[in-house]
Amino acid sequence: MLIKIPKKSELSENQVTQESVYLQRRQLLKGMGFIGAGTLLSSALSSKAHGSVFDLFKEEEKPVFTRKALSYSGQAGAENFPEKLTPEGKVISHNNFYEFGAQKHQPAELAQGFKVNPWQLKISGEVDKPVTLDYDRLFSTFALEERIYRLRCVEAWSMVIPWVGFPLAKLLKMAQPNSRAKYVAFETLHDPEQMPGQSSRRLGGGIAYPYVEGLRIDEAMNPLTLMSVGLYGKTLPPQNGAPIRLVVPWKYGFKSIKSIVGIKLLEKEPPTTWNLLAPHEYGFYANVNPGVAHPRWSQASERRITTGGLLARNRIETLMFNGYGEEVADLYKGMDLRKFY
Amino acid sequence: MLTTKVFWLKVLIHLGALLPLVNLYYLALSDQLTADPVEAVIHFTGIGALNLLLITLLVSPLSKFSRQAFLMKTRRLLGLYAFAYALLHLLNFLFFEVQFDLALFVGEIVKRPYMTVGMAAFVILLLLALTSFDKVKRRMGKSWQKLHNYTYLAVVLAGIHFYWSVKSEIIEPGIYLVLMLALLFLRRDKFRRWFKGKR
Repeated sequence: MLIKIPKKSELSENQVTQESVYLQRRQLLKGMGFIGAGTLLSSALSSKAHGSVFDLFKEEEKPVFTRKALSYSGQAGAENFPEKLTPEGKVISHNNFYEFGAQKHQPAELAQGFKVNPWQLKISGEVDKPVTLDYDRLFSTFALEERIYRLRCVEAWSMVIPWVGFPLAKLLKMAQPNSRAKYVAFETLHDPEQMPGQSSRRLGGGIAYPYVEGLRIDEAMNPLTLMSVGLYGKTLPPQNGAPIRLVVPWKYGFKSIKSIVGIKLLEKEPPTTWNLLAPHEYGFYANVNPGVAHPRWSQASERRITTGGLLARNRIETLMFNGYGEEVADLYKGMDLRKFY
Repeated sequence: MLTTKVFWLKVLIHLGALLPLVNLYYLALSDQLTADPVEAVIHFTGIGALNLLLITLLVSPLSKFSRQAFLMKTRRLLGLYAFAYALLHLLNFLFFEVQFDLALFVGEIVKRPYMTVGMAAFVILLLLALTSFDKVKRRMGKSWQKLHNYTYLAVVLAGIHFYWSVKSEIIEPGIYLVLMLALLFLRRDKFRRWFKGKR
């Protein structure tokens, strides 16, 4: 019989990181393409010194956001959706979420410790029954469904993402908008301690926080307009707007505001973050429109982010209303979309 | 002694400029370079060109203040690498961003002022690279220096191109503009002489 007496210098079992925790971290990093040669380069390549030799040792302690599986009903005809999904690893590692850094790789790196529970989403303003949803009710108040949507960024790249969520219309109806409710305003959490971009001009790209967005009420009530709580069957990671975000698939991505804490129904058109910052570049409507160029680039085509590296031939024509014209074109009848871009 | 110093310095410059490119394209081609390798290679080569251009402009003041004249022998090589990075930046845009849509390529350069400015900087660098050979230099005589003074214009245009291209994050391009102005400020006597000469 072998009796093993551990030396003082040896680690005891309870000092070791649990395998499940360890594996999860590997999986996440792998998903983001940071394992292997990518590890070194992703920090070496960045023009800012966000990575250093010491990160190699710090890494083990970094928190990893835990996503939970969701139960939901599938989208009717989803199996026939003609376009290939963007790989999950790319959806969760390529994010414009300036609250966690203005470079696209930063949110996935800086948001992992983000706390989503407890959470409060308040629906107020021109409503008869103001509603407040806490974290659990975000997932349990309405039946969840999966929706595969194209996401077109104003920067002329796009993805195809399987979201999980519920129509915004259901939520608004619950609050019973009154007759003065013509617009819907949204606000992202303002918490500079958790969101480094809100406290640092350098990280946050110098935009004013909290981030605000808005829709006209008929746009908000359109069945396509989704409040998303998940993607790829699991709860949202923070870099994609956990715990709850908006998805408006026929508009440029920046309209789809993330990590929402407030929804307010208003009589007048609300201000919106990018419109305030550069009104000649980003309009209130921001409908995907191949005919109206951004002042600094054409919007007539886009690069679809799927698999394949540098040589992937993925430039495709941009569709009017991002391909959702049948469902939404009526909303803009008689409007000059050059003027109301 | 001096020649070995220059030799090793040049070896360092070759390695410093080429290794990152090998790494960059290896990762980008094998889809290991961020979710959007196209954007990554365009940004990397663009910033790289600007960095090399600034380093090239640093050579002559540095060799003057440190009294190390041999440093001047690295200036052409650095300038040529700045051009090579700028060329790759442009080719990355043509090959991978617009994917050989020539109408779009030309259209964007003509229609978008920040692209026009970038292209103007590239054309200057191209001319400087083409006239960088000793033979050409000798044949051009005095006009060679005149042409190569356009480096200053190229770096300013490149800085404007960068500043203009970003959405809202202006701190980084701002730092570049400050560095650029500092390097030009070191040459204020030269510029003063030009203006005096013209009057």
